[in-house]
Amino acid sequence: MAASTSPGNLDTWLVVPLFNEATVIGDVVREARLTFTKIVCIDDGSSDDSAAIAAEAGAYVVRHSVNLGQGAALQTGFDYITGDSAAKYAVTFDSDGQHRVEDALAMVERLRTEELDVVLGSRFLDNRTKPGTLKRIVLKAAIAFTNITTGVKLTDAHNGLRAFRVDALHSIRIRQNRMAHASELVTLIGRAKLRYAEQPVHIVYTDYSRAKGQSLWNSVNILIDLTLK
Amino acid sequence: MEDQLVIKVLLLASIAVIGLVIVWPGRGARRLALRRLGLLALAALAALAVIFPDLSNDVAQLVGVGRGADLLLYGLVVVFIGYVVTARVQRYRVSEHLTELTRALAIQSAEKPGSRPE
Repeated sequence: MAASTSPGNLDTWLVVPLFNEATVIGDVVREARLTFTKIVCIDDGSSDDSAAIAAEAGAYVVRHSVNLGQGAALQTGFDYITGDSAAKYAVTFDSDGQHRVEDALAMVERLRTEELDVVLGSRFLDNRTKPGTLKRIVLKAAIAFTNITTGVKLTDAHNGLRAFRVDALHSIRIRQNRMAHASELVTLIGRAKLRYAEQPVHIVYTDYSRAKGQSLWNSVNILIDLTLK
Repeated sequence: MEDQLVIKVLLLASIAVIGLVIVWPGRGARRLALRRLGLLALAALAALAVIFPDLSNDVAQLVGVGRGADLLLYGLVVVFIGYVVTARVQRYRVSEHLTELTRALAIQSAEKPGSRPE
């Protein structure tokens, strides 16, 4: 199998936007490095020690001098890894420990073996993940909105776990610096006619990630970002 | 109601022009020139209003608004909306540049990707 022939998955980069996650980023990077050797953390102007801790844990660190937002950090990560000629796959991975490395690996495996450009993680393909009722409603509404506006049919449009072929990344460019980039990415995938599939993933909702998670106000901001220029 | 029709049409038309400015892709030079001409016209109008205080009253009567002061206020509101809109567009452009700049700097000063022996 392809997996066993690539220890450390040197053809794959984990792209991790990083903003003030000093308490968890060290463990997240160390655990992920057992599977993926190449990890780049894009420190988005953190005011804590996030960048230093990530570097110590073995990640490559790229630092935004000012805070630009998660979308901008992802695009910086994409630009960065194209500088590595060995890079064939990129996985966007959250810094707060809510994504599971085995899900990421399974998604890369699908890119290796199937005719796909993108594999998008979905919380709703099976029932392992249990978000709260309100969160579920907001997420469902977001999905309906994205499906209507982009023509890309997904069950979960706002999942941060995604795997891309690096050559497919050349045809998309994130311009929504802040949270609206998730919807924008779906639009870009539709416009570039990339071959996409969804993969059921499990999101670990800890108290920590819940406290940091998106509030309802953020959904309002996203809608405004997407509709007004 | 009906005697205010003129001012309503005028105000709605100005707001429509602002809306057009938002969506019009306009070339840089033309847009800049129009903005400068607009500012000059505004200054000229302001000067006229100062020199001939009664003028604004007359114009107000003409378009069906009671007092000149009201007309000036309406004009101010329209100009202000226009300013907010153009400032928004401008700010968006600046933030795009800032993003590109920050990104380039970040990548340039980082360790080269995949440069470690592993």
